[in-house]
Amino acid sequence: MIPADPSGRLSLLRRIQEGDLVIVYERHDHMKAVKVINGSVLQNRFGVFKHSDWIGKKFGSKVFSHKKGFVYLLAPTPELWTLVLSHRTQILYIADISFLVMYLEIVPGCVVLESGTGSGSLTTSLARAVAPMGHVHTFDFHEQRAASAREDFEKTGVNKLVTVGVRDIQGEGFPDELIGQADAVFLDLPQPWLAIPSAGKMLKADGILCSFSPCIEQVQRSCETLELKFTDIRTFEILLRTYEIKEVRAEVGEGDDGFSLRSPPRKKRQHSTEKGSAVEASGATTVMAKPCSETRGHTGYLTFARLKCL
Amino acid sequence: MGDSNQSSRLTWEGCSVLLDINDGERLVFARLSPAATLKIGKKNCSLQPIVGCPFGSSFRVEDGKDGPYLSLVVATEGGNIQDEENVTCEELKDNRALVDNNTAQSLTGDDIDEMRRQGVTGDQIVEALIANSTTFEKKTSFSQEKYRLRKQKKYAPRVLVRRPFVRSICDAYFRKYPDRIGCLRSDSLALLLSMANVAAYSDVLVVDMVGGIVTGAVAERLGGTGYVCNMHLGVTPHSMEIVRIFNFSNDICKRIVRCCLNDLCPGQNGSHAQIQNMESESVNQLDVMEGGISVKENRTTVDASNKTAKRDPTTNKAIKAGEVASEELIGLWKERGFSSLIVAAPDLDVWSIMQKLLPHLAYSAPFAIYHQYLQPLAECMHNLQREKIAIGLQISEPWLREYQVLPSRTHPRMQMSAFGGYILSGTVICTSESDVQ
Ligand SMILES: C[S@@+](CC[C@H](N)C(=O)[O-])C[C@H]1O[C@@H](n2cnc3c(N)ncnc32)[C@H](O)[C@@H]1O
Repeated sequence: MIPADPSGRLSLLRRIQEGDLVIVYERHDHMKAVKVINGSVLQNRFGVFKHSDWIGKKFGSKVFSHKKGFVYLLAPTPELWTLVLSHRTQILYIADISFLVMYLEIVPGCVVLESGTGSGSLTTSLARAVAPMGHVHTFDFHEQRAASAREDFEKTGVNKLVTVGVRDIQGEGFPDELIGQADAVFLDLPQPWLAIPSAGKMLKADGILCSFSPCIEQVQRSCETLELKFTDIRTFEILLRTYEIKEVRAEVGEGDDGFSLRSPPRKKRQHSTEKGSAVEASGATTVMAKPCSETRGHTGYLTFARLKCL
Repeated sequence: MGDSNQSSRLTWEGCSVLLDINDGERLVFARLSPAATLKIGKKNCSLQPIVGCPFGSSFRVEDGKDGPYLSLVVATEGGNIQDEENVTCEELKDNRALVDNNTAQSLTGDDIDEMRRQGVTGDQIVEALIANSTTFEKKTSFSQEKYRLRKQKKYAPRVLVRRPFVRSICDAYFRKYPDRIGCLRSDSLALLLSMANVAAYSDVLVVDMVGGIVTGAVAERLGGTGYVCNMHLGVTPHSMEIVRIFNFSNDICKRIVRCCLNDLCPGQNGSHAQIQNMESESVNQLDVMEGGISVKENRTTVDASNKTAKRDPTTNKAIKAGEVASEELIGLWKERGFSSLIVAAPDLDVWSIMQKLLPHLAYSAPFAIYHQYLQPLAECMHNLQREKIAIGLQISEPWLREYQVLPSRTHPRMQMSAFGGYILSGTVICTSESDVQ
């Protein structure tokens, strides 16, 4: 997923090969990660898709099933991966992830510590940010989760950038061999204040820590602990509002007020790709936008702090 | 790639630093050239003491016999705010007995001037002010802290040295000169980078009409691999002045190139000479700007900027970011396409840009378009759907709120930015169905 050299980048010349991980896109809210294996098939409500038909196609191609249903095959990215990975825990999503990666000043070459690993949603984005020569050390005390995460990292190809350790970070802290090595530390733990003193030891001078907690009581306790060794302590909440659009045509002479806005006739389609409308436009149409009615109301608070320079 | 300036933990002569004065009260970008000075209050201090110090160091203005100078603060471990005891008696205090008149403070301005002449430090003056305040003891500990901070800012200003990374650069501009960056808030910028999958070894096409903040942000993420191609659709290249504020090594600067849309089109080459001319013009512009992004706008800061703007001769050897892309690179891009696209062009028509640029992207390439207005993005999204050239389309808007976290006084901040911009994101699909091979 993350190129290890210039030849790994997405290109017009690249074609899907046996063993590639592809994201099968049905709809923006319906995607699946599939490893391409000659001889395998993918079966969904649009029919049976033969992997052998996919090999040699370009990423981004539309491919058909035996009954002419279709899906798109996309190159995997950390954003797509977050949408398709199997949820073994609560995970972080794009808004929190992108904000914290920028705030933690993670750039290629950085060493980043993370706990817990959870489902590896954040880890994948951290790996992208430190590539090609940095490293992410991620720890979870749940043996099985750590093993599944390792398998996932292998599958997405970020395994060279990530080491997964099994360890009780709240109880034992991060391992001593990482003392003073970390440019940034990220905590997503139930009692982060227990891990903060150890995190402080791992950070390089002026390094930054981020702790993600759903509850304000957790934030409160973390901040009290942070005061001792950290400065610039700031807490944020970030949410995304998404919008849906609709095309309407103004029609004169109908409706009570003499004007009315009508959706243009909708073409029957195999499946609607995005929310919105198909158009056979003629005449004056406008596109209108409104926020989607349902959204995530809360994910967690992100608390950042910088190690004091003594 | 290895000796990235950005990874240095110590400042060096000629490096760019972000100076945080009094805990965010004023932010100044400065270059640590030998002659650089900073004006704080009425005092002009040389920035020389900062050279060679770790980023994160704090300085305090002291009066020496040769005038004011910056002196390194050695922080003490632990304990600010208050201890347990204070919290409990806190509840019992309120401000009913406080009378606001000018008699509460028995030290006069003359007294303070006299202390200064005798070489009393700023911190000692603050303590003296507290000791001579008749109301201080009656204040709640929260107000006491506020009083102390206010006096400290005035009599013992602190300067904190920060590495200029994209977030602090963007935040500083957003606070003081939002128009120069198209009001792009740092969390929106962070989203653009994620949505466009900016990763090592990718070749990212950007239309950056927001001063170079997007170009700089992408280059920071590429870390000396891949390329960020700053494209202009007309003959005039867009300004990239903000890129100068990052401490980019030569390795990173080499990866920042310019190109004109025409050059990418089949059979086109030759606007090169013209671009070169434009180059020298924009360099002049940079000279004025360099080191001079004093973010708190007041006359004193502007003074400081002019002085720091004098270019250190050693930095002249540096490779300039934003050279014209070589024919060879352009040839490669024609053949392979770009791996992603970011557009932040407040003044251009979004849909027209996308029509021109999408053919230059690899299939399955993600893109992200920033805009301050919703309508152009809505229309562009609609057209992309209609033409079936992109999927996974989404318009999103980040909402960001900061919290004050204090014992028994945790709540969202009273002030927040209400708007950080809209983003349209999506993925290009392979449209040539005959291209099945
Ligand atoms: C909410 S999940 C993290 C999700 C992750 N940020 C992601 O985006 O996928 C929290 C994880 O912390 C782990 N955990 C809880 N307590 C721990 C401890 N003391 N040491 C290490 N890991 C712990 C749990 O096993 C769980 O997998």
